[in-house]
Amino acid sequence: MSRPELVAPPEIYYGDVEAKKYTNNSRIQQIQADMTYRALELLNLPPDEPAFLLDIGCGSGLSGEILDEEGHLWAGLDIAPSMLEVALEREVEGDLFLQDIGQGIGFRPGSFDGAISIRRFDNTLRRSISVLQWLLNAETSHPTSSPPHRLTRFFTTLHAALKNPSRAVLQFYPTSDDQIQLITSIAQKAGFGGGIVVDYPNSKKARKVFLCLFVGGGGGAQQVPKGLEGEEEDEGRVQFEKRRERLKAKSGGKRKNIKDKDWILKKKELYRQRGKESVPNDSKYTGRKRKPVF
Amino acid sequence: MVRLITHNLLACHAKGCTSNNFPLQFQDVSIELRDADFNADFLRGFLPRLEWPALVGAARQLGDTSLPAEQPDMIDDEFLQKLHHVLLEIHVEEGAMVCPNCKHVYPISNGIPNMLLAEHEIG
Repeated sequence: MSRPELVAPPEIYYGDVEAKKYTNNSRIQQIQADMTYRALELLNLPPDEPAFLLDIGCGSGLSGEILDEEGHLWAGLDIAPSMLEVALEREVEGDLFLQDIGQGIGFRPGSFDGAISIRRFDNTLRRSISVLQWLLNAETSHPTSSPPHRLTRFFTTLHAALKNPSRAVLQFYPTSDDQIQLITSIAQKAGFGGGIVVDYPNSKKARKVFLCLFVGGGGGAQQVPKGLEGEEEDEGRVQFEKRRERLKAKSGGKRKNIKDKDWILKKKELYRQRGKESVPNDSKYTGRKRKPVF
Repeated sequence: MVRLITHNLLACHAKGCTSNNFPLQFQDVSIELRDADFNADFLRGFLPRLEWPALVGAARQLGDTSLPAEQPDMIDDEFLQKLHHVLLEIHVEEGAMVCPNCKHVYPISNGIPNMLLAEHEIG
């Protein structure tokens, strides 16, 4: 199936139906929460200090709720009015803005302690998409709508809006190495340090890519955090495998042979009652166990 | 849900509008008061980031005159309570914000400001 950013711009793609569907799915809520915690971890905020964060592509405020729980205040940007409407209905705590990040974000320098951008999982397409991906598509032929221009605008204004030192963690799903190259080079030109963090690089399902950008703190003071290694739990399992294993354990390992001696005798008796001819006589050899050789 | 905390950070980002683009002026606003949890640590940490004259100006525009014109040196609980109320409990629901420099109007509807720019305004 095609990627949603190739179908339509986000404000059109996320109509009312999509927005509602997205927010009411409990699995998505769970994933979104996990991702937000991981992003907060990567942000490496000073502990026990409430921070003022920017949620880029806040959508319906699912990740914002986690920020609320963690005691942070936040402002959210999104371009899809329908998503923001859902956020209003859910009465999230943060301030919401209808904004196209490709046009740049208008905040005073040093406004935020950090910025996060968590991907959305798209229900109909069964795949995840991120804010950065929307930036990679030109919608009109106007020069300000070219991907490099939009990315430059976004990264420079974001760099300005973050305080020194701080971090921005943006999750994204690159389609190719060229995309990574483009994004990181533009981010570097905008003044960011940092790089790509990949969680579970060897897993197809659990693999996650974060763009971890640093403002200030140069000279090796800030290290790019390590991605999570190893296998995620429940990795490589087929659907319902757990259930099958549970049933197997319940019945006590090896299954009993159905056609044992009792069963054969019962069947023969049944055939005799029905008057079937040539039913063999019962003997001591009936239903005996054969040797493993033929 | 434009609170004064974010209003104090917002600046016009239209093309060529780089000076005198802050603070955005409120226009025909309707406000709503909503309680929020008081967090003294956060306010203390946030204080250096605030543009005090802009905050007081914006609060006056919204009809709240509880804050002193000069930022006090002494930060006591009473002051923090007032600051908390102004920053986090006043929500602008409807109206508009106007850039003092280029006069770009950012309409606010349903508590969400529309920060989108037309093509010729993108920097």
